[in-house]
Amino acid sequence: MPTYTMPDVNGKFGKFGGRYVPETLMPALLELEQAYEEAMNDPTFTKELNDYMTQYIGRETPLYYAKNLTKRFAGPHIYLKREDLNHTGAHKINNTIGQALLTCRMGKKKVVAETGAGQHGVATATVCSLLGLKCVVFMGEADMRRQKLNVFRMELLGAEVRSVKNGSGTLKDAVNDALRYWVANVEDTHYILGSVVGPHPFPKIVRDFQSIIGKETKNQMLQKHGSLPDAIVACIGGGSNAMGIFYPFIEDKDVKLYGVEAGGVGIDTNQHASVLVRPNPGILHGTMTNLLQDDHGQIQEAFSISAGLDYPGVGPEHSHLNDTGRVIYESITDDKAVSAFQTLSQTEGIIPALESAHAIAFVEKLAKRMTPAQTLVVCLSGRGDKDVEQIKQILEEK
Amino acid sequence: MGKEKLANHLHQLQNESKNLFVPYIMAGDGGLDKLEQNIQFLQNCGVAAIEVGVPFSDPVADGPTIQNAGKRSLENGTTLTAVLQKLELFKAKRTVPIIVMTYINLIYKYGVSRFAKSCVQAGIDGLIIPDLPIEEEKLVTDVLNQQSIALIRLVALTSSKDRIKMLANRSEGFLYAVTVTGTTGERTAYEKKVKTYLYQLKQQSPVPVLAGFGISTSEQAIELASYCDGVIVGSKIVDLFHQGKTAEIKQLIQTSI
Repeated sequence: MPTYTMPDVNGKFGKFGGRYVPETLMPALLELEQAYEEAMNDPTFTKELNDYMTQYIGRETPLYYAKNLTKRFAGPHIYLKREDLNHTGAHKINNTIGQALLTCRMGKKKVVAETGAGQHGVATATVCSLLGLKCVVFMGEADMRRQKLNVFRMELLGAEVRSVKNGSGTLKDAVNDALRYWVANVEDTHYILGSVVGPHPFPKIVRDFQSIIGKETKNQMLQKHGSLPDAIVACIGGGSNAMGIFYPFIEDKDVKLYGVEAGGVGIDTNQHASVLVRPNPGILHGTMTNLLQDDHGQIQEAFSISAGLDYPGVGPEHSHLNDTGRVIYESITDDKAVSAFQTLSQTEGIIPALESAHAIAFVEKLAKRMTPAQTLVVCLSGRGDKDVEQIKQILEEK
Repeated sequence: MGKEKLANHLHQLQNESKNLFVPYIMAGDGGLDKLEQNIQFLQNCGVAAIEVGVPFSDPVADGPTIQNAGKRSLENGTTLTAVLQKLELFKAKRTVPIIVMTYINLIYKYGVSRFAKSCVQAGIDGLIIPDLPIEEEKLVTDVLNQQSIALIRLVALTSSKDRIKMLANRSEGFLYAVTVTGTTGERTAYEKKVKTYLYQLKQQSPVPVLAGFGISTSEQAIELASYCDGVIVGSKIVDLFHQGKTAEIKQLIQTSI
């Protein structure tokens, strides 16, 4: 019998989670929850989902033994779960394909989404093109500058990208406007949220669709190595790739789980996105979770070199897993992430997303505390093509 | 005080056959020192109650006008603590009930129990929390009941029959009928179903029903109030205060009630 059964019927992970939204949205959340439960119990739906996962996304993704990186870090055997090899280049599409199929099932024809780095926006625009759904993506002005190519990519796929000028023009502000748009268009539009954040049932639905990462990893480790890994490492913005790989291992207590947040310029400055370093519970975007906020409850701007991690909150389940101690949360600065970006490119010929580079940087630290007899899996959540231009500039400035 | 004062005040105005008119203002827009003056002004115009908004950095229920007012207010350094202190200073001068409208995070961070006590001290009679649906209201209801502060429930065009019934029966002071599927802000037209929606709410609600979101003219106010008990006007009032057009505010209110 499973001992971990979060969230409860009210969408709570302990005290975290829930549905703190305007009444206008409540009926849509209840409808979504019901549609999701029915869909997951409908073999036609799960078969269709599975067919897209294999034929369209290209799953299963390899669990690649990184021989050179293992040698370089001189610690445990390092395996990379290659989510970067998915169609569209990141784990995001595992969720968007599931939610887009749900959209069709609910008889809705339009989709709204937020995006930070543009990966979720591209993954949403892609499945909308595939399934004939109209797609509007909100993206912060600053992020549109940082990720120009992804903006064009979304437009090429037929999506309308709306620029968000409020606040710092990053992910948080894009979520605000996507929520407002959803409130105004809820009758014919589904909101494809891109991470394990937001009101219930989103954190659960996104986790479940992403848990394919962990399920495959488990089977692959048993096949390749004959045992479960000693540690799993994943980067965290909202935390969807991390929940996806952690979830199937939650009850395997011998597997240590590490979530890596963006440390920006440093956690002692006001320019970082490490929410769990100093837990500070509050309510944002429909959920109770730890936040970057001031003493009066005003949300503070997050900061990270990586647009995908630039979020002042974190999924409520991560807040819960931090409280219980089941997952250990760490922080990696911009500099360390850039350096890991280069390291992986040079040792394995794999250019990681800047988000995933945070996980690699932490692996370098963790490897020193582990032995060559042990194994470690790192979720390589996305590929770095989108970041190459930014890294070029950073390295030229040095 | 509190719940009872709000209910009695509205009841009294209804006995005088008046449409209830509740304006919304953003505390701290133009500086917190304006709060007393603006409240006194509205009180003299004959409003039924005043909704005092406290700004939050991420107001997802609000459209551009109130978002911008909130931003200006935050830039002036407005905090929930300061608004509560300010309201306490001139509570003796007020006859009109005060309803604070803010997002749940500010209240949660302040401490729910401490907040309810501060509300009593500040002479606040009711609360509107737009991001606290019935599923989560347990977070505040016990302490608000203890302090006898009204929690005004919002009902939406998308609410099911069952939810409408529950919200109408639980609401204290009045029932806030959201008349647009969207955020706050001026609208030129309403969906056709608004009329029947308000009529149905009126049939079911033991407390007065006030229509809000999108109302900006006395024509709209009078029309909507003919299906329910009155209106809440936010963005338009905020905008007129910001432009210093108080004569227009007075005219809007007095031609609406």
